[in-house]
Order: sequence, then C-alpha cells, then structure tokens
Amino acid sequence: MNKEAFSLEAVTAAANADTLRLLTCGSVDDGKSTLIGRLLYDSHLLMEDQIEDLKSDSVRHGTTGDEIDFALLVDGLEAEREQGITIDVAYRFFATPKRRFIVADTPGHVQYTRNMATGASTADLAILLVDASKGLLTQTRRHAMIVSLLGIRNVVLAVNKMDLVGFEEAPFRAIEAEFAALAARLSIESVTAIPISARAGDNVSMRSQRTPYYSGPFLLEHLEKVVPEGTAASGPFRMPVQWVCRPNADFRGFAGPILSGRASRVARILIGSEERQSAFAGQSAMLTLADEVDVSRGDLLAASDARPQLSDQFAADLVWMDAEPMLPGRQYLLKSMTRTVPVQVTELKYRSEVDTLERNAAKVLELNEIGFVNISAAAPVAFDPYAENRDTGGFILIDRFSNQTVAAGMIRYALRRASNIHWQALSVDRAARARLKNQKPCVLWFTGLSGSGKSTVANLVEKRLFASGRHTTILDGDNVRHGLNRDLGFTDADRVENIRRVAEAAKLMTDAGLIVLVSFISPFRSEREMARGLMPEGEFIEIFVDAPLSVVEARDPKGLYARARSGEIRNFTGVSSPYEPPIEPDIHLRTDAAEPEALTEQVIAYLEKTGRLAGD
Amino acid sequence: MSDRLSHLERLEAESMHIIREVAAECRNPVMLYSIGKDSSVMLHLARKAFHPAPPPFPLMHIDTTWKFREMIAFRDRMAKEAGMRLIVHTNQEGVKAGMNPFDHGPNYTRVMKTEALKQALDLHRFDAAFGGARRDEEKSRAKERIFSFRSTTHVWDPKNQRPELWSLYNTRVHDGESMRVFPISNWTELDIWAYILREQIPIVPLYYAAERPIVERNGQLIMVDDDRLPLNGETPELRLVRFRTLGCYPLTGAIESNATSLEAIVAEMIAARTSERGGRLIDKEASASMEKKKREGYF
Ligand SMILES: Nc1nc2c(ncn2[C@@H]2O[C@H](COP(=O)(O)OP(=O)(O)O)[C@@H](O)[C@H]2O)c(=O)[nH]1
Repeated sequence: MNKEAFSLEAVTAAANADTLRLLTCGSVDDGKSTLIGRLLYDSHLLMEDQIEDLKSDSVRHGTTGDEIDFALLVDGLEAEREQGITIDVAYRFFATPKRRFIVADTPGHVQYTRNMATGASTADLAILLVDASKGLLTQTRRHAMIVSLLGIRNVVLAVNKMDLVGFEEAPFRAIEAEFAALAARLSIESVTAIPISARAGDNVSMRSQRTPYYSGPFLLEHLEKVVPEGTAASGPFRMPVQWVCRPNADFRGFAGPILSGRASRVARILIGSEERQSAFAGQSAMLTLADEVDVSRGDLLAASDARPQLSDQFAADLVWMDAEPMLPGRQYLLKSMTRTVPVQVTELKYRSEVDTLERNAAKVLELNEIGFVNISAAAPVAFDPYAENRDTGGFILIDRFSNQTVAAGMIRYALRRASNIHWQALSVDRAARARLKNQKPCVLWFTGLSGSGKSTVANLVEKRLFASGRHTTILDGDNVRHGLNRDLGFTDADRVENIRRVAEAAKLMTDAGLIVLVSFISPFRSEREMARGLMPEGEFIEIFVDAPLSVVEARDPKGLYARARSGEIRNFTGVSSPYEPPIEPDIHLRTDAAEPEALTEQVIAYLEKTGRLAGD
Repeated sequence: MSDRLSHLERLEAESMHIIREVAAECRNPVMLYSIGKDSSVMLHLARKAFHPAPPPFPLMHIDTTWKFREMIAFRDRMAKEAGMRLIVHTNQEGVKAGMNPFDHGPNYTRVMKTEALKQALDLHRFDAAFGGARRDEEKSRAKERIFSFRSTTHVWDPKNQRPELWSLYNTRVHDGESMRVFPISNWTELDIWAYILREQIPIVPLYYAAERPIVERNGQLIMVDDDRLPLNGETPELRLVRFRTLGCYPLTGAIESNATSLEAIVAEMIAARTSERGGRLIDKEASASMEKKKREGYF
C-alpha cells in the first residue's frame, strides 16, 4: 500500500469499489488478532494517534517485547483485554484501492459455535488460521464444519507462524494436504492454502522471499481478486415486503431488500427519489405494481416463472445459541425475511458432533450444539433452500418469553405433509398442551359448607396464579348450576350427578393444560373420591374450607340458612342434608380463624412446596 | 450494467433495510439527531428509505444548551425539509443546577447528555432509538450489535448481546425495555464523506473552513460561539478554522484549515492522520471510558 492510495481520486474510486465480507477464525493464540492488526496497519488505515496509542499499549500490555503488538489493535473490550482473550464477534474495516473489507472477527474458545455462526452468516470468505508448528487441531475441524454449514464457499487456509518452522515447505504441505481431505468431506469447494507469518508480515500484504516453493497469491492479493461466489445476482427475483408505503391515494409502494435476481416488470422502481429501469440483488428498493393485489409486510414478491417453495413443514439445520436447551414440542417464533410465525420443532433427527463430525441421536440441543430437525409452522413460509440462497433460506428462532434469539436455522427442504409421519408421533396430548403453557395442570377442589368462604378464597388464589402467568379457570357451584347443570336439583341423586359432571368437566380442562379451581359444596366423600380418581396421581388437590356451622350460619351472606331453617329451602347442606368433612384433606383452611389473604397464602405455599407451580 | 453493487451502494441498501425494519416492527421509534455529519447521513438514508412518504418517526435532539448556534439553526431547517416532527429535550434539572462544561467536567456529560437522553426516552416511551454510531469509531463499538438491546434502566451489557445473523434482526422487547439501533454501524468515516460527496448531502457550515473567533486552550482551538464562554484575560482571534466533529462548543476543538468545499474536506481528512474523536475533549479520559459510559446508557 502506498500513500497515493489516499488521494481524493482514490477515495472516490474506492467508494465505487466493491466489498468483500470476511470471517477470521482460529484457536486461541494462532495469531488471528495479530493478522487482522497487521492488515489494518499495512493498509494505512490507522490514524497517527492510534499508532501512538498502539506503541504505548505494546510496551504496557504487549507480548512481543519491543516490537509493535498488532493484536492490541483489535482487542476491544476492557474485560477481554484484562483476560487477554476475545469474547465476542467484532467487526473491523480496512480497504485497498481495489476493495473494501469488512472483517468479522470471532474468537476461538468456548462460545465459538454461536459466535462463528453469527460472523459466518454474512461472510463471503473465511480465513482459517492454523499454527504451522502445531498443525490441524480439533478446533480447525470445528471451524471448517461451521464454515461449511453456514454456506461459505471460499476458504483461505492461512498457515501462520511459518517463522517457527523455519519457513520450510514440508510442514506447510502436510497441513495443506490434511486440510484438503477435510474440506472434501465437508463439501467446501474452494480452498487456498497460504504460508504466512502474521507477526513478520510474510505473504500477508506482500510476497515473501522466504517461501520460494509457494507460487500462489499472497493473502491480500487473494482477498482483492477472489470473486465472491453468490447466486444472488443470477438467481430468480426475490423481494420480501418490509413496509407498505401509502403517502396518498395515488401511491402504493412496496419497500424491501432485493435478495436475489432483478426487478424489471413492475410498474415503477424507486431507489429513494430516483426512478430506475431496473433494480437488482442487494438493493433496497420501493416498487409499485400494475395490478391491485393484496400485498403486505411478510409477503414475498417473486418471479412467477421461478417461484419459491411454500410449506408449513420443513427440514432444517439448527445451531442452538441459548443457555436454555431446545426442546421438541416447545413453541418458538421463527423469523425468516420479514415474516414471523410460531413454530415447533417436531423432531430432532440427529445432533452433529462438531469435533468428530459424527451424527448422534439426541433428545435436546444444548447451547452451541448443532442438529438437524423437522419444523412445523403455524402458517406456510416461503423459502428457497439455504444452499441456493442464504437470505431466503436462513431463519432465526426467538424464545417467546425471554425474547432471546435462540437459534440460527438453515432450511434444507420442504416436507410433504403426508411424508412427515413424525408429526403424528409427536401427538398433541395433555403433556404437550401443558408444556405449551409452561405449567403443570391440576384441580384445586374447594369443598365446604355454604358461606364457608370457598368462592372468596378460590377467587383470590386464581388472581395470584393469573398474576404469575398461569392459565386458570374457575368452576363455581352457582354458575354451573345455571348452565351445564341447569336440569339438576338438590336430591342426593342430583347432587351426585352434579359432582360427576363437574369432575369430568374439570378433567377435560386439565387435559387442555389449565389449572382448574372447583368451588362446590360437594358434601359427599364418595363423589370427591370419584373426582380424585379421574385425575392422575397428585393432580387432585382437596381443599377443605372449614368453618363451624354456627359461624357460617351467623354470616349467612345470602340469607339461605334462614330460609332453610324456616323450611323454605329443603335438603340444605348442614341443616337438612348431611356434610361429610374430608378426613385427610390436602389443605385445611380454617376460615373462622384467619383472613382470606392468609388462607390464599396457605394454598400458594402448598402448591409451591409440592412443586405444582414449577415450569417444565 | 453490472449487477454487482459498489461498496457504498451496499452500505446504503443495508442501512435502508435496517431503518425500514425498525419502522415496521417497533411500536414507537425515534431517530436521535445530533446534527453532525453521521446524523446527516442517517437522516438522508431514512428519507430515502420511505420516499415519497416522510420517515414515519420523529427526530429527537438532546440539547445540552451548549451547542453551536449554527447547529441549532441547521437542525430546525433539516427537520422541516424532511417533514418530520422535531422533539428537543433538555435536562431541566441540570439547567436549574447550572450545569456547564467548565465547572462540572465529566459530570456535565453525564447529566446533560446521558441522563437527559434516558429522561427523554422514558418520557416519550420510545421502544427504539436510532443512533448514528459507527463501529470504526472506537474499539468498544466494534463489538456492539446493530440492534443493541437495553434493559429497563437503559443499560448495555456487552456480555449479553443477541446474536445477529444474516440480515435478520430480533426487535422484540418487553415493556420498558428498548433497542438502540445503529443503521450506519458498518460505515467508516471515509465512507461517510464519500457518500456525502456523492449524494450532495447538506451538512452544518461549521464543517467548512471560515474565519471564526478562537481562543487556544491546552492546545485545543475553542470557538467563542457566545458570551457564556469565560475568558480569563484571553482575546479571541479570528482564525481560519473548521470542525471535524461537532458537539458542545466549549468541548469541541477546531482545526486550522482552508477547506471550503466538500472535496477539499475529504482531501484534507485523508492527509491528516489523526483519528476523529481526538478533536473531542471528552475522549481524553481513560482508554476504556467509552465502554463505561455506554454501560451507563450513553450512546
Ligand atoms: N512467531 C510468531 N508468533 C506469532 C505470529 N503471529 C502471532 N504470533 C504470536 O502469537 C501470540 C498470539 O497471537 P494473537 O494474535 O493474540 O492470537 P489470537 O488469540 O489468535 O488472536 C502472540 O504472542 C503473537 O505475537 C507469527 O507469525 N509468528
């Protein structure tokens, strides 16, 4: 690089140059930061005060003695400077007169999969660093696998620290050959191996005299020449609608990024205020259509002679990026282009081991694991296979509750409904519905005399559950008798039938995943036992709402006891019909001895203690 | 015509895409407008993204009351031209307390900028705020996402950022949480100038060289923009200067220059090899100070 590169003409020319986005990956200490720092330094992009800072930093923190430590240029955050490691993806910029470069710099340690996948998703080319004195490591295999999975077709194998092996040919060739075999296995099409020394500068931004056996390009030369492989320009037209622009009745524009192909047969094409004859892949355009069609955000405008696939069932590779593991059957949001739909992973077909490239059966995907899955969406999604178009075939998954981005996905192919037999295997059952609500369903059965306070406590308990995000409902004696059980009276037979119907209804509601609060006098033990018998072990919780007859009769909120005593109401529990108190209730509430709030607390405490309120 | 986009076209398209995504997905976005060249480019991109309609969100300026007068005039003109509502917010508590850049140093920045910004975001309940920061400006910015998640207290946690894949942005936040969105993250200073040149984007006249009243302090050329600047026996001299960055006038150093055209500015910038924020006194603090400020909620 020379100073003329920074003339005004060169700047304007560089603005018209194209961009290469690249990813650098290597294990800790392979020299990645040093390499990037050197590229920045050699391209004269540093300002004088940055160079001054670098020199003083090199003395203070550097690992290179009196020499400049280029790695310090790119070690960004305070925390990682102290620890001497790179913790996240960072983006760097440098330029030559021919090209502008955007470097995604990703670290080589534990979080590598998540960070590398992120950096790789937008990269045209990947530089894989290998330490010549150490050869290919497990990490190199991981990196190569992720590069291949994320669809980067151009790979540079930078064999670094050649100075440590005396710039000899043999170690270089051995690493080159070993990697070629790996690349073939991973279907990486184009690999360029270059022997370099990031620290000394050999074959980085100029040809080294110390590697006469190497006739290929030096690194920067290669980066300037490589043709970023992309099907985007030549592919069929694709533009997801981001925004519908209606400033007045005469204009209805559809704004969006052109992800592949070229728009030409539409009514008008605008880029800003400029009217264009055509627009092509990479541009953010505004189109108007000749026909009045119903198009809105989330729709995909596509060439009619080369349509995308449209399916609500498809197979995809997933890179899991969240500390909470991926669970088949749980609902996530899928964002693909401008469309967001609820989805479930219906089947985890296998997990790929990044270190060995083996495929193993697995039940869940943990953070940084990679799997191949079937996905079922709540609505059809338009896409092209990821191998054909990264932008129309890639998606992210979002957790509905934490809002975190939990996975990166790459669609392989659509599943025909009939062929997706595993969807039936994962039937929508009680457990699945409960999981969707992230709760454990149960019946809270409040029994006790009229006026004992069942409804009061049940209502308070429901409020508490609702406030903590639980899905609940209440079946209350009075209400049910006005509807479902309208035909029943108060004879013993009708009382039994009354409870039977309520118990069955409560069971259906727990099947739907709800926590059901039943508030019925339910005077007979045998019917309460019948209700308990309908429910799985532990899901029927009998709550005895207890107050002496004298107390409830004194309360008599609805004046019912008075009417019962006068004989106006017959078969009234406690007066003219028996109440059989529970012998061993799960919860015993004394409403004559405590306030409703305290009793509510007692119920909640019981539910917490028995683990009924834990999520899955 | 080749179907391969130039570097600037690719940046432009990416930024427009980001801006539209926010408009479509966020409930109540706002564009922070600091009146500088980066803001000018960002505003231009927003207008391009929605043309022929005006951008569907307001502009907001955090006014410390110590901005150059020419900046304020330019701000009002640009908002009007863009057809956008302009919100101007000043931390009145700071004004009452008599906060000024001379006596209160770093506290001044915290109260009049960081606190003021948080106040304004809370007041209007914005769930997304565009900012014109670039990743090449400063090391800690290089790691920040384009969509930068902020907690209910506006805090940035560098260890807990959402991964950003392809051009798919996760804009979802809970009530009270928000996003800072940086649509020109991937632009360099050079790109900004090249684009201003190409698109003929209007910028504040202070960027062009002119004779201005100047006093010299600690090697910095400070412009006497009004009579609030205490002069300790100094006499302002008329000097031919311009500004490379714009902020509060008592904190912003000018450089001597005779660049009176955009072309001359760019040529000069290329020749001068000092990094951009050097002109701002605020950055002469510890080297990791920006990261600390960002964690507190500064842009
Ligand atoms: N001998 C030699 N050392 C190097 C070379 N490149 C980097 N290093 C050293 O290797 C160490 C790790 O380098 P760094 O760039 O921090 O590695 P990173 O962890 O991959 O970013 C540092 O001490 C560097 O100075 C090289 O080409 N030759």
